Amino acid sequence: MREVDVVVIGGGSAGLAAACKCKEEGIENVVVLERDKELGGILNQCIHNGFGLHTFNEELSGPAYAERFIDKAKALNVECKLNTMVTHISKDKVVEYVNPEEGYVRVQAKAIVLAMGCRERTRGAISIPGYRPVGVYNAGTAQRYLNMDGYLVGKRVFILGSGDIGLIMARRMTLEGAKVLGVAEIMPYSNGLARNMKQCLEDFDIPLYLSHTITNIEGKERVSGVTISEVDSNRNVVPGTEKHFDVDTLLLSVGLIPENSLTEEAEIEMNPVTKGAMVNESYETSIPGIFACGNVLHVHDLVDFVSAEGAKAGESAARYIREELKSAGGFNCKAKQNVSYVMPTRINVENVKDKVEFLFRVRVQARNATLNLYKDGELFRSIPKRHVAPAEMEKLIMKKSDLEGIKESFEIELVVD
Amino acid sequence: MQDVVIIGAGIIGSFLAHDLSKYDLKVCVIDKENDVANETTMANSAIVHSGHDPKDDTLKAKLNLRGNEMYEDICKKLHVDFKRIGAYVVATNDEELEELSRLYEQSKRRNVPVRYVEREELVKNEPNISDIAIRAIDLPSTGIIYPWEVAIALMEVAVANGVDLHLGEEVTAIEKSENGYKVITSKGVIETKYVLNAAGVFADDIYRMVSDNVEFDITPRKGEYFVLDKLNQPLVNHILYPIPSQKGKGVLVLPTTHGNTLLGPSSDFVDDKKGINNTSDYLGYVRREVGKLVKNVPMDKVIRNFAGLRPTSSTHDFIIEEAKDAPNFINVAGIESPGLASAPAISEYVIETILKNKLALVKKSDAIDSLPPITDMKKLTEEERNAKIKEDPRYGHIICRCEQISEGEIVEAIHRNVGATSVKSIKKRVRPGMGRCQGGFCEPLVVEILARELAKQKNDIVYDDVESNVLVAKKGA
Repeated sequence: MREVDVVVIGGGSAGLAAACKCKEEGIENVVVLERDKELGGILNQCIHNGFGLHTFNEELSGPAYAERFIDKAKALNVECKLNTMVTHISKDKVVEYVNPEEGYVRVQAKAIVLAMGCRERTRGAISIPGYRPVGVYNAGTAQRYLNMDGYLVGKRVFILGSGDIGLIMARRMTLEGAKVLGVAEIMPYSNGLARNMKQCLEDFDIPLYLSHTITNIEGKERVSGVTISEVDSNRNVVPGTEKHFDVDTLLLSVGLIPENSLTEEAEIEMNPVTKGAMVNESYETSIPGIFACGNVLHVHDLVDFVSAEGAKAGESAARYIREELKSAGGFNCKAKQNVSYVMPTRINVENVKDKVEFLFRVRVQARNATLNLYKDGELFRSIPKRHVAPAEMEKLIMKKSDLEGIKESFEIELVVD
Repeated sequence: MQDVVIIGAGIIGSFLAHDLSKYDLKVCVIDKENDVANETTMANSAIVHSGHDPKDDTLKAKLNLRGNEMYEDICKKLHVDFKRIGAYVVATNDEELEELSRLYEQSKRRNVPVRYVEREELVKNEPNISDIAIRAIDLPSTGIIYPWEVAIALMEVAVANGVDLHLGEEVTAIEKSENGYKVITSKGVIETKYVLNAAGVFADDIYRMVSDNVEFDITPRKGEYFVLDKLNQPLVNHILYPIPSQKGKGVLVLPTTHGNTLLGPSSDFVDDKKGINNTSDYLGYVRREVGKLVKNVPMDKVIRNFAGLRPTSSTHDFIIEEAKDAPNFINVAGIESPGLASAPAISEYVIETILKNKLALVKKSDAIDSLPPITDMKKLTEEERNAKIKEDPRYGHIICRCEQISEGEIVEAIHRNVGATSVKSIKKRVRPGMGRCQGGFCEPLVVEILARELAKQKNDIVYDDVESNVLVAKKGA
């Protein structure tokens, strides 16, 4: 069996950043396994701009952003295998993959970086009633058809869910001559970034129906219409509030799910909230030497944050190989009131260089709220927040010195008036 | 001139076509759908019942028992998975216990293997059994199967033996003629001596084309289902039935041969024979009913809902007979549950008790029994897989991550003698799109492969029906 230092599963934004960082850290033998015929992952179909503001201080399209990392990986001589599907990983870090050239192959890795990204929640997962005709697509699938294959999935479109891909597709399909009749969002607030609400809906006069959901899909062979209804505060449909739209297409942008079947097969400890692995400050999972980063760990809003997380996981993999990491010990990081999760979930201060960057999401939309930080149950610091929303990931940087001395837990809560 | 025209390419039409293809006859199958097994056969509970349940002295009872006996051999020949995982009928109160003992006695009388399972064993064998389950009967001869896999494999053999298959062709009228019938379709006229009416929910409409005295109605009875993703720990190991009621066998919980879990069906008479829409009311009903059989149902693992229509006849039994006022027109109608379980026996019954008295049935000497199946990479050893990939690298190119399907397998499905021409027909044969992403990643690749292999433009590729183009326009067109 071939032995390699680091196997990176997935050649998208997280995986490329991780692989590059590994190389930069001086790790010789780094292999990226990518299922698609090219590197870059979902960035390749995201031809709109807005990528790279944090990383490169400029606005790039998805493919242009990917290109920067692909070029870097090439310059660093990262070995990348395309058309390669990983079929299994084991606890002792044997990776099984298949591709047309080599067939089924097993390699023994010293460290593994999980960077498989996420998939879209489907119609089936949310049990939308109605017929099951052609014309109901995940927004990302429609985006791929349009931006990579050059075809429109429909001409009159309704969108369920105000996730960013749905908003981007509302604008994109409008620009290609389709009519987007509206976007329905079951929550009383939008699930997309504020800038996408403005640039993709408001600027094109596309109505947003908050607290609404799809209650019927019509059309036996092809979608001929959808019905939306209002929902109450418990998300129950309010009878008598139906609105009908004649459309040939329903796009769904109803959430993303980390693609973790390999992770689960390896029996890595999972976080039920994020649907990703539990990781420590080094992005190391419950199995020493297996790291996770990007959307397979938790779904991000911005690719820049994904790349940054990938680089951290890559650096940690390198430190693991150099035997600089302590896998055990440390304290837990927890979400308290109004916070849905905190990343990372465990911290061993000994592994921290100078600071820890926490990423977390709140459960409610609010203005003038307060973030409270607790160390071992004691309030340690309060931070005023002018605006928070579940759709916008929050970032909190803590100095190493602030975390030293914690025995049991570090907790974050959000207090809303 | 055909000897026999079979109307309907569901499980019944496919068994009839397959069985008749062994004889020296000219046989033609017509279906308005774009693929074999596309309606009721595509959407049911996928169970080969033991025969414990139908009423005494019915064709349902007789043919279910016989059908159950026949399946194992047929599936072996056809290379289709059939697993006798057994079923538990579960009683949850005193009234149900009484009905359970009646079913036990009835099974004994019919020589259906049966035994009682007390709560302790029930909990051991089915850790997720509901807290109110008291006692069950075990019916070990009950099996699971994918009905469309059987139908497609049957039809492939039939076509290899010379049966003429007309898909996407709707029967619009039938006229009596000198030698039999003229079947008028959306595409032409087919003359035949005999007509076998296996048109499922439309069987009464087809019958009305030749008779003014149609003495039965077929009313579609809808069943709605949930499909769960493959689970790390199975929810159930057996098929779990509740105690049956007036409305049928009730809401079941069962594993499928590909490792999913099926919850359903509801039971609701509807007017529309194409009314396969899901409703929040009946999905809610299924969710509640399932809770009586099992606990810890992971509803967050639901990947799909569907609904199918049972062709329920006003006679409450299968109708398998020559029409009284239309000689040589044979109805094979009202084939609702246990229709799938009975299907091979229904075909045998049609041939042995009806056709043999009318036609000289001479076995063909060169008829085949089976075709080599589509390569299933998952079933090969690693050595065999790598040999296959070496020979053709497309078998090493995984298109569907969820079900781990290679390009080679998809290409094979397209070039079979009853080949896949649509996204859905690929899904039925080799399963891309059946998994948790529901085609989100693989569908664009499947469309690309279909276009390439069929020498079509991508926007000419359909999902199912001829009108159901996946892509409606080229960008900028």
